[in-house]
Amino acid sequence: MRIGLFIPCYIDAVFPKVGIATLELLERFGHDVQYPRDQTCCGQPMANSGFDAECADTEALFVRNFSGFDYIVSPSGSCVHHVRDNFAIEQTDEVKEVCSRTFELVEFLHDIQKVDAFPWAKFPHRVGLHNSCGTLRRLKHALPSELHEPFFSKPIDLLSKVDGIEFVRPARPDECCGFGGTFSVFEEVVSTKMGYDKVSDHAQAGAEYIVSADSSCLMHQRGCAERIGVSMKFIHIAEILNGANA
Amino acid sequence: MSTACEQAGSAMLHPELRVESDPDAIIRDGHRLDHAEGTSKPLRPAFEPQPRGAKVRGNRPIDQQEAAARFIAATEHEKMHDERLWDLRQKRDREMHGIPEWEELRSLASAIKEHTLTHLDEYLDQFEANARSNGIHVHWARDAAEHNQIVHGILRDHGATTLIKSKSMLTEECGFRHYMASVGIEVIETDLGERIQQLDNEDPSHVVVPAVHKLRTDVAEVFSRTIGTDPGNSDVHYLAEAQRKATRPLILNADAGMTGGNFVVAETGTFVVCTNEGNADLSGNVPKLHIASIGIEKIIPRLEHLAVLVRLLSRSALGSPMTQYTSHFRGPRTGGEMHVVLVDNGRSERLGLEEFWTSLKCIRCGACMNTCPVYRRSGGLSYGATYSGPIGLIIDPTFNARKYSNLPFASSLNGSCTNVCPVKINIHEQIYAWRRVLVNQHEVPLVKKAAMKAAGALLSRPAAYRAAIATADAALAHLPRFVIYNGLNAWGKHREVPHPPEQTFHNWYHANRGAKQ
Repeated sequence: MRIGLFIPCYIDAVFPKVGIATLELLERFGHDVQYPRDQTCCGQPMANSGFDAECADTEALFVRNFSGFDYIVSPSGSCVHHVRDNFAIEQTDEVKEVCSRTFELVEFLHDIQKVDAFPWAKFPHRVGLHNSCGTLRRLKHALPSELHEPFFSKPIDLLSKVDGIEFVRPARPDECCGFGGTFSVFEEVVSTKMGYDKVSDHAQAGAEYIVSADSSCLMHQRGCAERIGVSMKFIHIAEILNGANA
Repeated sequence: MSTACEQAGSAMLHPELRVESDPDAIIRDGHRLDHAEGTSKPLRPAFEPQPRGAKVRGNRPIDQQEAAARFIAATEHEKMHDERLWDLRQKRDREMHGIPEWEELRSLASAIKEHTLTHLDEYLDQFEANARSNGIHVHWARDAAEHNQIVHGILRDHGATTLIKSKSMLTEECGFRHYMASVGIEVIETDLGERIQQLDNEDPSHVVVPAVHKLRTDVAEVFSRTIGTDPGNSDVHYLAEAQRKATRPLILNADAGMTGGNFVVAETGTFVVCTNEGNADLSGNVPKLHIASIGIEKIIPRLEHLAVLVRLLSRSALGSPMTQYTSHFRGPRTGGEMHVVLVDNGRSERLGLEEFWTSLKCIRCGACMNTCPVYRRSGGLSYGATYSGPIGLIIDPTFNARKYSNLPFASSLNGSCTNVCPVKINIHEQIYAWRRVLVNQHEVPLVKKAAMKAAGALLSRPAAYRAAIATADAALAHLPRFVIYNGLNAWGKHREVPHPPEQTFHNWYHANRGAKQ
């Protein structure tokens, strides 16, 4: 299967290890993974602030870069949500095709690849799972606590196949951590307070690591934890599934 | 960034969360307290003054973040507020799990409201005819001013100078208390929380629990100032009893009573008021004259629809199966008079907004506020508007797009509000849509627009983009500047900046998979 690897701008620049883990993981399953060199961003930062016109060219570039792949896979839920659900450019057949073939890594592994084992992965640590709001409530990685429906969690399904992993349950497992894209700077005081509370909640539950499918939340939470002196490690789900042993 | 934000910095942490490396660690008797002492609560916490709400300066955009920062800096208040409302959310969840058909109920409620809103004229006419035949006087008010004048006219006709009323967000919308004060009519709020707010000359901060942002010590301070209680006594029973004794005579001697209405039933020409204190019943039944002010969107076709909505209302609001009082008002008592004022005040216009009309489904339960992580940490008064929290973000701009232009940005778009909404308003999607509308209406700062334009230009040109972030260090220097328009200053104020990696993924790929393509 021919997969286009979409590495969002902040992962490219700040978390290259997450991109590498995603690439290696997809290669382990025998896929032909290609990284289109001209990719930049999905346009979300502008659209998220209400600037549709300003992000149209960036969205069009995304479509040009990723046209023709069987699947486009990315280790970032909010970017995938933007591509799949919020592209504001004209919905040509090509745009619709690219958007509908774009998947977040957990979705891809769980729903398309239907992985039943990660024999190379071992992670003997206590982890608190952080579902970003984009993956939880838009991409529907798991059942949000507000709804009365049967429980499911794709990231827990996948992580449970990792040897030695132990989950802790924070008191408010799916409360937003306060990143929220441009919200993190537009409302930085509220944003960081939410981040302090989030990392403290996980620390109190006994987590050594916070694991998430979104590095943006982790970047924010790490910055918050370091500022208030909460001892916590952060890791992207791709790294654990690819066999990182921390 | 304002000074309040700076101040918030050092004081943002509740004492229980402070750690030893914190420069604000607690020092007593010349030595630093160890962890257990340092984090244990003092028996009597130092009095923390109540943080006040957003500064309102005419039509100028409300600075929600400035007020939120002051609320967060008041750590006792913020912690209490967050925990109190989160408790309501948890109780709501427990009630939800007791109703197997919960999600079906929400869908039904949404469908009932959408149907009614799309046939609003018919049902309003039907209600008017049936209410009149029940002996109710029905009035129509186009806007807040007309509402206030109509009510004033009714009171004047009866020579009434004192009015007891139950809580109503609509009357807040209309600036009713201020208007009544200006024409010399004394208004006495009968809901305890609303009465506290009235005595403190402050707006309600929440649609259901209007004084939820106040500590009991704040209430003791207000009551000592206004009804003469002991300022040092903040016992809740003492305070409630003192307020009861002060207000009860005013209630018994009032000339007229006013209520809102949670639901208006077209087929019966009746209306329903839900409270937990029975105060609407006092307001509606003690004086001979009863005036009910109700927004036109509160109508439902038939009594059977009420059954669906009433099952959802209190469970969503407070996590209780039912409000203590669900009172049906069917017509005037013998010798009495009943008036219903149906108020538009922007609702018809909102009904015509393609992306936002479903906000009229709202039954004012406040569940979106209780679940909102931003609201819980900001306090309702930080929004500087009648409606705070998520529902406020999508309603307030319809009243004044300029004044409330910042509000739709006071959200992380986490979507929890949409999931708890009993009538399934897509709140977070409407918040997102408002951002675009406000940008198109030029209600967003030019500097932000310029930054977004520059970001868009750079991100759509791969070569220029790669040149700008040629090295990982340069990436860190540039990236946040265009991804987040006002750069690392805001990011780094209260959290650490990311650690720079050795190289970008792009360069790693070139070095390690360079042969591909």
